[in-house]
Amino acid sequence: MLGEAEPQWLSEEVKTGTTIIAIEFNGGVVLGSDSRVSAGESVVNRVMNKLSPLHDKIYCALSGSAADAQTIAEMVNYQLDVHSMEIGEDPQVRSAATLVKNISYKYKEELSAHLIVAGWDRREGGQVFATLKGLLTRQPFAVGGSGSSYVYGFVDAEYRKGMNKKECQQFVVNTLSLAMNRDGSSGGVAYLVTIDEHGTEEKVILGNDLPTFFDQ
Amino acid sequence: MAAAASMVPIFGHQISSKNDLVPDWSREEVSTGTTIMAVEYDGGVVIGADSRTTTGAYIANRVTDKLTRIHDRIYCCRSGSAADTQAIAEVVSYQLGFHSVELDEPPLVETAANLFRASCYRYREELMAGILVAGWDRRKGGQVYCVPIGGMLVRQPVAVGGSGSTYVYGFMDSNYKPGLNKDQCLELTASALSLAMERDGSSGGVIRLASISEDGVERRVILGDQLPRFSTH
Repeated sequence: MLGEAEPQWLSEEVKTGTTIIAIEFNGGVVLGSDSRVSAGESVVNRVMNKLSPLHDKIYCALSGSAADAQTIAEMVNYQLDVHSMEIGEDPQVRSAATLVKNISYKYKEELSAHLIVAGWDRREGGQVFATLKGLLTRQPFAVGGSGSSYVYGFVDAEYRKGMNKKECQQFVVNTLSLAMNRDGSSGGVAYLVTIDEHGTEEKVILGNDLPTFFDQ
Repeated sequence: MAAAASMVPIFGHQISSKNDLVPDWSREEVSTGTTIMAVEYDGGVVIGADSRTTTGAYIANRVTDKLTRIHDRIYCCRSGSAADTQAIAEVVSYQLGFHSVELDEPPLVETAANLFRASCYRYREELMAGILVAGWDRRKGGQVYCVPIGGMLVRQPVAVGGSGSTYVYGFMDSNYKPGLNKDQCLELTASALSLAMERDGSSGGVIRLASISEDGVERRVILGDQLPRFSTH
């Protein structure tokens, strides 16, 4: 038996080094993510859906350590179910975001995950909340994950107030495509979720259907 | 008597650099944490840079000129350690000037880029320098060469560098198309630098632009209040 080096993916932490984005429009929100999960240099899952439902009309986008992010999402899903039964109606997006924030803040030393919470409720319409490291802030749009660094310039330049649903979807797809081209930890397919008062629509855009740019 | 001995004052105490009395900028290296960009167009190149030089959190120079002349129609954009890049640029300037006199002809941009690469690769363990070489020559027109940390050399139609460049890769990919003219390149460069300066703490100040073509070098500065602005501001 020759001494074989242990494959890297056995010893490296599994991360969703990723690109996630959420943007609000008048009447709802659009969330988007890539689908790559890496452990060191290995891609352990190339089709993971990082847009996780917290409730019918509230989703969250996962980034950072895959285990931490999934666990937070499951815990908040449970807590929201209980909460919505207690109040007898659909929960507010702000409540979901606050529950995520509470866990992220309380365990901020142990956890390394960043969740963006977005959804629609009757009171405030479409909302996007960022919960990085335990803060809670509402924003017109939010980007996160390792791929987001490469698209800050793009989203700053291209975002305009008052975009409609179709424009927001196109904005999300363009942003994801650009980030996936530059970030080694992002790739695969693009998942899109659109939430408005009429319902929730999930869509997948395969690799060859993503927008291409001048050097491709 | 024993008590008196312990009260002897100590003179000449070195203030340890871990002390809060020593400002952090005196222990940090001077770096051009920066954003630089260069774009080719038909007939020349456009180059641009921000103007901030930092030592730790202190801005040592807020009006730095990071666009350095190497020859009449060849410039370089410097990022990384300020001292390293200045030293390399001086050496290459000298080497290129000498070479051009021997040739009795204006030097090629590719030659300048190779001289940068030779120094950056040979001393790659000691240096921290990311350089964009851009210019115009009669043989191939406008050219941009990228010499990042480590000493690679590659020609690209459009290149960005420095700490602020990560934030504008997406913007550059989506807005650059082959076949832009000089004014469109200037606008693209100014917008990209402005976006990077908004997001990167180590980039800021004014935008310095230059366009290089057969007719010569045209330099301009965009001051803070005239920077391109975007809707999230």
